[in-house]
Amino acid sequence: MYTAQFRYFRPADLGEAEALFRAGSDARFLAGGQSLIPAMKQRLASPSELIDISRIAALSFIRRERERLVIGAATKHANVAASGDVQASIPALAALAGMIGDPAVRHRGTIGGSIANNDPAADYPAGVLALDATIATNMRKIPAENFFTGMFATALEPGEIVTEVAFPLPRRAGYAKFPNPASRYAMPGVFVADFGHAVRVGVTGAAACVYRATELETALAHRFAAGALDGSAVDPAELASDLFASAEYRAHLVKIMAQRAVRACDG
Amino acid sequence: MAAISLTVNGKPIRAEVEDRTLLVHFLREHLHLTGTHVGCDTSQCGACVVHVNGRAMKSCTMFVAQADGEEIVTVEGLSGEGKLHPVQAAFQEHHALQCGFCTPGMIMTAVDMLKRHPHPDEETIRRELEGNFCRCTGYLNIIKAIGAASRAI
Repeated sequence: MYTAQFRYFRPADLGEAEALFRAGSDARFLAGGQSLIPAMKQRLASPSELIDISRIAALSFIRRERERLVIGAATKHANVAASGDVQASIPALAALAGMIGDPAVRHRGTIGGSIANNDPAADYPAGVLALDATIATNMRKIPAENFFTGMFATALEPGEIVTEVAFPLPRRAGYAKFPNPASRYAMPGVFVADFGHAVRVGVTGAAACVYRATELETALAHRFAAGALDGSAVDPAELASDLFASAEYRAHLVKIMAQRAVRACDG
Repeated sequence: MAAISLTVNGKPIRAEVEDRTLLVHFLREHLHLTGTHVGCDTSQCGACVVHVNGRAMKSCTMFVAQADGEEIVTVEGLSGEGKLHPVQAAFQEHHALQCGFCTPGMIMTAVDMLKRHPHPDEETIRRELEGNFCRCTGYLNIIKAIGAASRAI
């Protein structure tokens, strides 16, 4: 399949990327391209300029600071999964990165690209929201709470580029996902993070947009154990229904994945 | 048009291509390296897997312009003239193909897998093959061949 025609640019730094965007008529930024290129092939997206930011060296890093873990936007999923720093500070995040797509996709796909795309069934948004991360861009800092605004929608303005994602370190965290057997997308995926003073639960692949399951958070704040969710019922009212799963089945899976995520915290 | 320069199977290549040229089309139609296949063309099946700077990637899901300056290896470049790579030999020995359409992608994925997991157990092999489909469903012998290749390397 051929995409529509476009002009390809590979800026050396963010300043050049911003200038190219301003000069373009309908420009899009390209990171790993694992969602954007398939969308362009299906002509769901037809940008006139494609600005490849995936090789801007300053966007590709993993840095452990005293109280947080910072990951550059162009860092590949495979590098996050294999990083000793990520495995040591937030092992559940390394595990999540290692569950995205397949090995070839993980070699190209990036954390910045994934969250900027905000696919309703992508893995990273669940971790970013549950871990209360802060998304830095070329313009400002955005708390995860305000970043994911709807299906394939984010708080990013035109020309805004995600530069890094900073994760506070939880006391413990776990991620569990029921992968769609064909696409490997989460159906759903639940990320549980225990910060001691608070428990946060991020759910992806269940609704139109990643969200916090506050009723599960309350139960886990009371007692952080899989069994604490035995009596919880997830309301299917706002959940997605499609040929893969009804809203009621998804609601059931959200609870089961949340329990598995809690169990994953220990190992 | 984009001017690109890259290395394919050890040979330096320079070309002028349409910006929208996918890496797989460049390999097949410009360089006539037809070992790399287009299967689903939607990033799912893995028949188009090649190595870019030593890592397995789906060549239907990147533009050749993105590979500018990079080193590409296709199934044709895995081993020298007339010799088989140990993974290719194991696929032959264990009859790890039926129609053969998925085989180049399977082999390129397997070589990448064995670099990261030199001694994979069966569960690891199965997990690592998640991005490669065999529509003849000949997975059992593929898994056997990769296990055998890991012992041979």
